[in-house]
Amino acid sequence: MKEIVVLSGKGGTGKTSIVGSFAAIADNKVLADCDVDAADLHLILSPQVLEENEFWSGKLAEIDEFICTRCGLCGDLCRPGAIDEFRVNAVLCEGCGLCYRVCPVGAIDMQERLAGHWYVSETRYGKLVHARLGIAQENSGKLVAQVRQQAKGIAEESGADYIITDGPPGIGCPVISSLSGAGLALLVTEPTLSGIHDLERVIGVCDHFGVPTLVCINKHDINEENTRHIEKYCFQNEIGVAARIPYDNAVTEAMIQGKPVVEYSQNAVSHRIQELWDKVIESVTG
Amino acid sequence: MIISVASGKGGTGKTLVATSLAISLKDKHPVQILDCDVEEPNAHIFLKPVISDTEPVCLRIPVVDKEECNFCGRCAEVCAFNAIAVVTKNVLVFPNLCHGCGACSYLCPEGAITEEDKQTGVIESGQADGLSFVQGRLDVGEVMPVPIITEVKKRTESDKIVIVDVPPGTSCPVVQSVSGSDFCLLVTEPTPFGLNDLVLAVETARELDVTCGVVINRVGTGDLEVEEYCKKENIPVLLKIPLDAEIARLYSGGVTLADGMPEWKAVFNNLFSEIMEIVDERNRSLKR
Repeated sequence: MKEIVVLSGKGGTGKTSIVGSFAAIADNKVLADCDVDAADLHLILSPQVLEENEFWSGKLAEIDEFICTRCGLCGDLCRPGAIDEFRVNAVLCEGCGLCYRVCPVGAIDMQERLAGHWYVSETRYGKLVHARLGIAQENSGKLVAQVRQQAKGIAEESGADYIITDGPPGIGCPVISSLSGAGLALLVTEPTLSGIHDLERVIGVCDHFGVPTLVCINKHDINEENTRHIEKYCFQNEIGVAARIPYDNAVTEAMIQGKPVVEYSQNAVSHRIQELWDKVIESVTG
Repeated sequence: MIISVASGKGGTGKTLVATSLAISLKDKHPVQILDCDVEEPNAHIFLKPVISDTEPVCLRIPVVDKEECNFCGRCAEVCAFNAIAVVTKNVLVFPNLCHGCGACSYLCPEGAITEEDKQTGVIESGQADGLSFVQGRLDVGEVMPVPIITEVKKRTESDKIVIVDVPPGTSCPVVQSVSGSDFCLLVTEPTPFGLNDLVLAVETARELDVTCGVVINRVGTGDLEVEEYCKKENIPVLLKIPLDAEIARLYSGGVTLADGMPEWKAVFNNLFSEIMEIVDERNRSLKR
C-alpha cells in the first residue's frame, strides 16, 4: 500500500482539484483530507458521514481568580507570554503546565481542549477520512496524524493499494505531519514567482524528511518563462516534472457543479491529470 | 491603524492585495508591512525590500549536566511534549518536540538542566522604497510558526498604517497574526472553495472581535454565492478584482497592481478610505 501526499507550499495552486480528480481516476484507494484547517475536498466528493469523532488534544491553563493572589510568578515564567493580567490567552497558551506546577496557591488548573472533529465518510469514489480543526485551535499536526492513522487503518483493512492525501499549504507542523513516512509527495506548483519560492521551500522540507518528490506545474501557460524556470530548477535538482496542466475555466465550472474536473469535461486538463496519475503510479511502484 | 489581510483559503490574492495597498498608500502616509506568513513569506517578492537587519528567533532547549543529574525523572514527568526522557542512567532530549517552555530546567530538583538556543527562524527588517518592511521566516524543517509571528508583531510601528499579510487557514498562526488589528480584509474568490473558506475566516475574525470586509478576486469566473453570503451576513464587499490575463501575468512576475497598472492606486486609496470610515463608525458606536 502506497501513500501519496499532495502538497504545494503556496496555497491555491490546485491541490484539491487534482486530488478530487485522482479520486475519480484511481482504483482501490482511501482518500484523506489533511488540510484540517480549511478543508475543501468534501465540496467535490459530497461525503456521507459514517462516523464523527471528537478530537481532544493539548491542554489549556485556567486561573481561578478567586484563589489567585496575583503574585505574578506564572506570568514571569510563561515563555509564550500567554498570561497577561492574571488571565490566560488561549491562543498563546501551549499547554506546557509550568504555571500549574509552580503556582504557590494552586489557583491554576489544566483543562483538556476539544480541538476539533474528525470524520470517516463514504463517497462515490470510496472512503474519505477528513477533519475540522476548531477555530483558532493549535495541534493541527496531531489532528493530521489522526486522519492519516485512520486512513491507514481503513486502507489496511480493505486491502487498498493507495492512500491519496490532500495536504495543507505551508511548510510547518501540519505539512510535516502529513508528509513524514509517505511514499511520495506530489508537489503542485504554478508558474508565479510566489509559487516558485514556496515550491523550493516545500522541496526542502521533503528532502529533510527523506520523502521522494514529483512536481506538477499547474496553469503552466499563464507564464511560460516561469514554467521553463521551474523545469530547469527541477532538472538541476533531479526532481521529475510529471505534468504541465494548462489553465482552464472548466476547473472552476466543475467545482461549482461539485464534480472532479475529469468527470466534468474531457478536455486537455482532464487528459493531463490522467497522465499525471499514471506517472504517480509509475513513480511509487517503479 | 492596523489592517490585516487574511483569507482562509490559500492563493486567493492576499499578498497581492496587501502589497498593492501598501504601495498605493505610501506616498501619502507612513506605511509598514508585516509579513506574518512565516511558512511561505511572499510579500518580499513584490516589494523587493533592502534588508538591513536579520535577527534569529530561538527556542531554549534543555542541556542536562550528567554530573549533576541523579536521573530522578522529574524533567520527563513535567514535560507536556514528551521532549525529554530518562532511561536508566541517561537523559535523552528530543529538540524537535521541545517547545522551549523551560519547565524541565525550572523544576529540576538538582539544578542539573541549563539551556541553549536553537534557532527556528529569523526576522528580517528593512525598507522597500519608503515602506517599512518586516518579515518572519520559519526555518525549513521547523514546526512552530507562532513564536516567529509573535516576534514579527513585536516590531509593529503603531504610528504608521500597518498592513499585516496573514497566513492561510483559521488556526493559531492566523489568530496570532490577526489579533490586535483594527480591521481585517478577507480576500476570497467567487468559487465554492473560496466561499467555504471565507465562512471559516469570518468566524475567526468574529471570534477575535475584529471588524471585517471582503475583497473578491478573479470576478468573472465562478458564481455569485460569495456575494450572496456577504449580503446575508451584512459584510461589506469593498473591492472586486476581475479575472484578467494581464493581472495574472503581472502577479506571476511578482508585480503589484499598484506598480503594474497605476490606475489601481486610486482604487486602493479608495478602499483605504472606506476601511477608515467603517473603523471610525465602529469606534463611535463603541463609545456610545
